Amino acid sequence: MSTEHALPAGAIAQRPDALASRSQRDLSADRAFRWLVTGAGIFVLVSLFAAALSMLWGGRAAFSTFGIDFLTTTDWDAVGKKFGALVPIYGTLVTAAIAMIIAVPVSFGIALFLTEVAPPWLRTPVASAIELLAGIPSIIYGMWGLFVFVPVMSTTVIPFLTTHLGPLPIFGPLFQGPPLGIGMLTAGIVLAIMVIPFISSVMREVFLTVPTRLKESAYALGSTTWEVAWNVVLPYTRSAVIGGIFLGLGRALGETMAVTFVLGNAHHLTASLLMPGNSIAATIANEFSEADSDIYVSSLIALGFLLFIVTFVVLAIAKLMLMRLSRREGN
Amino acid sequence: MSTSFTTRIAFAGIAALAAVSAQAADITGAGATFVYPILSKWSADYSTKTGNKINYQSIGSGGGIAQIKAGTVDFGSSDKPLDPKELNEAGLGQFPSVIGGVVPVVNLQGVAGGKITFTGPLLADIFLGKITKWNDPAIAAVNAGLALPDGLITVVHRSDGSGTTFNWVNYLSKVSPAWKEKVGEGTSVQWPVGVGGKGNEGVAAYVKQIPGSIGYVELAYALQNKMTYGAMQNAAGKVVQPSRESFQAAAASADWTKAQDFYLIITNAPGDASWPIAATNFILMYKQPKDAARSKAALDFFKWAFEQGKTQAEQLDYVPLPDDLVKQIEAYWQAQIKTG
Repeated sequence: MSTEHALPAGAIAQRPDALASRSQRDLSADRAFRWLVTGAGIFVLVSLFAAALSMLWGGRAAFSTFGIDFLTTTDWDAVGKKFGALVPIYGTLVTAAIAMIIAVPVSFGIALFLTEVAPPWLRTPVASAIELLAGIPSIIYGMWGLFVFVPVMSTTVIPFLTTHLGPLPIFGPLFQGPPLGIGMLTAGIVLAIMVIPFISSVMREVFLTVPTRLKESAYALGSTTWEVAWNVVLPYTRSAVIGGIFLGLGRALGETMAVTFVLGNAHHLTASLLMPGNSIAATIANEFSEADSDIYVSSLIALGFLLFIVTFVVLAIAKLMLMRLSRREGN
Repeated sequence: MSTSFTTRIAFAGIAALAAVSAQAADITGAGATFVYPILSKWSADYSTKTGNKINYQSIGSGGGIAQIKAGTVDFGSSDKPLDPKELNEAGLGQFPSVIGGVVPVVNLQGVAGGKITFTGPLLADIFLGKITKWNDPAIAAVNAGLALPDGLITVVHRSDGSGTTFNWVNYLSKVSPAWKEKVGEGTSVQWPVGVGGKGNEGVAAYVKQIPGSIGYVELAYALQNKMTYGAMQNAAGKVVQPSRESFQAAAASADWTKAQDFYLIITNAPGDASWPIAATNFILMYKQPKDAARSKAALDFFKWAFEQGKTQAEQLDYVPLPDDLVKQIEAYWQAQIKTG
């Protein structure tokens, strides 16, 4: 403090200089920082495009040999060298859809319970338990699925579904077939359990950001907990909630190990959800190491490219729906 | 004080390492997962004896072929032999390493191991989806007296490409024209029916999970997992049990002398005692290697393994090569592989 008074006259004269150099330094530091974060942003874009392009390049033989047939045929014949990706694409979409149909409502329920309903002493332990679930490696889910869950499916759940839903006129064919326990429905359920932690912890975090006064106003007007959740909490956090669902969906589309264990890895196209199928990621994981011809390898890499496209299209459709929704509400 | 001491130890360690690596060539190999257990056992015993180490990566037969063709390993290993033309184009030589066998395994309540019998055409029809029930007259015909349930058959096959699959479908192609025409043979095929498990352990797990299922695994997996395996009617019309003896009989009855570059698949072998789905693993090496000393070290290792590694092989449920086949292989090395 006292030194300030003791400054010689010359120091004051130098001040503008010091200021100039300080602002110069700030400017260059600012510029460097800007480049740094721009680089980080571009890095993601570049690696995304590089990955997509290299897979397109690796799969070019498959695309040029089979053309559009690669997308529309169900052949997967390494001996006859005929490859079509319809079965893995279908399996990927169906298992991910089953997973989301189960996971989204359950995650919403978990998040709502933890932020609105549960007594405060219970909230932290349950939240930590969910985060622990997210940390379990997928192969553990796969083994649990195969050794614990599949027998339950084949002895109880699937016989129940085939007798009660199998004879129905329109949905019936979805639930017919022998009780193998291994198949698209089982894979979808295991996937749902895997993505629930991701979706529910995102939902919980964003539900906590809803201002208390908004909720309390609604309660004061006589709303029930459900009305508060549906009309206040959800609209306030919608874009973040959708982001969490996308995160889970992305994981469900690309999940490999757990699906390989319980999906059945069969290249057959069936209407029934109870029958084995195949997914893009599982096919690649299963067959890449022993793919013995160039066109086989190329077809597998092309499958990887298709997974990119499938994920992109699904996310784009979801984004579009979201935009239309917010436009309708006049935001 | 303490720093100089640690430094000295570190130096001594580096010097010792350098001395060891100067003495011992680290031989590298890659390929079939089928031989990984026996190669690592042999490698461990061989390295305590001679100090030479074998580094084997079990990345699958396809990977093994690719790696040796790229020249990144000293030897490759494949469950599917390459034909002499392909070998010639790549400048590779080929010889058998060890013999095993593929067995059908079932999940049928009340049927004990080895008590159910299959014929080749019967297995082909089951895997084609033509026979769908266990009490089908065709199954009953070769299993008189066995109570077969009125249940659906679920076929379990490998979902990954594999040498096990190759030998299995090679056999089915040999015994069933319909299979040969519709499906054919390869390390992975387009299966008409069934579910796919990843690896021998995947198939074993599926067969154990699904009542009424039938799959195929290496004998070692069937024994380790206490699975119900089936007996087979062989080419001579005799019913044989899967065992080291019947695998060895198949290997011995095969006519290796006429096979160029040992290009011979010993499925459906003749002979009363032969197991029909015996399988051979093959080693691939360059005939004119870039590094002759390393290739020589690799051949020394296999020579030791063939002559002194038989008990280890038997302990792990493999069948060591018959003596006269080993002699043929050694003659082949002399004539074909330049290591000096």
